[in-house]
Amino acid sequence: MGINFKQETFRDDFSFRNSPEQVRRFPFPFHEDGYMYSVNIEPHVPGAKNTVFEHLFDVDEHYVSEMHDRALVLAEDPLRCQSLPHMTLAGWDTLELLMTEKAKSYPEHFSLTRDGDKWHWVNRPLGIDDRFTFGDTSTLPYDPLEYITRQSQGDFAVLDQRDGNLWMDAGIVTTQADWSLDFDIGMNFFEWHAPVPLAHEMGVFKRALKFLMALQQGQPARRHNWTMTINPRLDTSPENYHKWGTDRTTVTPENVGDKVHLRVEIQMFFRLPRSNALLFPIRCYLIKMDELVTSPKWARRFHRVLRDLPPELAEYKGLVRYRPTVVEWLSKYDDGAPTSPGFGPD
Amino acid sequence: MSAASMLSRPVYGTLSPQAGKHHLLVADAEGAAAILDLAKNAPADFFAKAHIIYIPGASGPEYIDALKALNPERFYEGPSFAAALPRLRQTFDAAHMGTRLYIAGSEGLIGQVMQVAAEAGVDHASIQTEQRGSLARRVQCVHCKGITENVTTQPVKCSHCGLLLLVRDHYSRRYAAFQGVCINAEDPTDIPPTEEIFR
Repeated sequence: MGINFKQETFRDDFSFRNSPEQVRRFPFPFHEDGYMYSVNIEPHVPGAKNTVFEHLFDVDEHYVSEMHDRALVLAEDPLRCQSLPHMTLAGWDTLELLMTEKAKSYPEHFSLTRDGDKWHWVNRPLGIDDRFTFGDTSTLPYDPLEYITRQSQGDFAVLDQRDGNLWMDAGIVTTQADWSLDFDIGMNFFEWHAPVPLAHEMGVFKRALKFLMALQQGQPARRHNWTMTINPRLDTSPENYHKWGTDRTTVTPENVGDKVHLRVEIQMFFRLPRSNALLFPIRCYLIKMDELVTSPKWARRFHRVLRDLPPELAEYKGLVRYRPTVVEWLSKYDDGAPTSPGFGPD
Repeated sequence: MSAASMLSRPVYGTLSPQAGKHHLLVADAEGAAAILDLAKNAPADFFAKAHIIYIPGASGPEYIDALKALNPERFYEGPSFAAALPRLRQTFDAAHMGTRLYIAGSEGLIGQVMQVAAEAGVDHASIQTEQRGSLARRVQCVHCKGITENVTTQPVKCSHCGLLLLVRDHYSRRYAAFQGVCINAEDPTDIPPTEEIFR
């Protein structure tokens, strides 16, 4: 049984919706009724069936439409995908990892046939059937990183490891929560995280860097992060902030359910075999408030998290204008009952 | 978050003479004073092996005679960074192992010389820098990617696309620029007052 890929938009008329099944598998990010930064890194191992962790690289009902949105972003702004010259090998590593995992996890949708360095890749949902020579960029329509990430949901940063640090030296970023690859490319781990409030003082990034530098091949890790987005817009880039910023003033008590989205990032970390680079996929999941409150536990808990969020985090996440309206709306779904531990919807 | 704790921002030091076969000193405006201070501690033969590239800018002729009195092996006075750039590139291309680089003056100059040095393969950690004079910033508009030079106000109007930009403390060495992000994107009718803060 294959995935029922939807045709929908993440701009203009915003026809994005989650099916009830997709709502049930949403990676709700709060395991308790409050939130503060933590490193929260755990092993990225295949998880329970019908969760987003069932496979190493989740493909879901939004796949085809998300890839279409990525193509639109890249046509308008090619600087969203960049790779410093020494990162081509890491691009081939990335292509190999994504192709082999997709073909293994979803054989009805993707297949990979290898005869030495002659590879044959079939992506049925996107109608792609390409033969190429592994390691020879001239045999692909794009460089290897761009080629395979135009076929993979989520943003991807590729981090070079040298001089006791990680360097943001390649990536494709079209669904970001407000950071610019073009500005940050070439920066080290502390530099590109520099604008994040509070976490540096807490030592979060020093601990995270130490962990990531020691990450071994075949032992990927993951963590999650969250923010909120008005309208189901994937491209909330700083580049286009002057175009989408006014969305944040459009929230009213009447439209919260449809317009306001919880946005969860699953960040993953893979050591790449040839380049020794780290692949850092950042997968974004959106859920409408109307969809979220179909789980009474999630509704209660998110109300409490949002209500009690420290002001500097609300500011950094860009929630200040509409937080009171959303908290008020969510309060109707919070009867004060205790919530059970853990992420699940109950 | 205060500028001091912004970890993407370079930390500048104080120029001091290093052991080396040649010395390339690049400065603008008040940066000349940093070279003159370095000279007080320099060994006798230091400037006989030194090349000074100086862009006086707003300082005018104030430091020219004092710099020449150091008797550098070569002295160049340029009207702007752009005018000095081909010469700077050639100097890096011809530089030998053992050449030491010293940069002093505005943050914009330091950043742009570091850019050229990085293109020539010089490790940024091996360069001496000292900030002197104007705190004006080079700002890249994240929207149109245009660079606005000599920014002294917060916010500032992008000299390319005209958006009103918040000048962040987030700094890119690759662009040698601070990031500018539209300050009133959420409500374009909200025009905050402009303050002169980078002097």
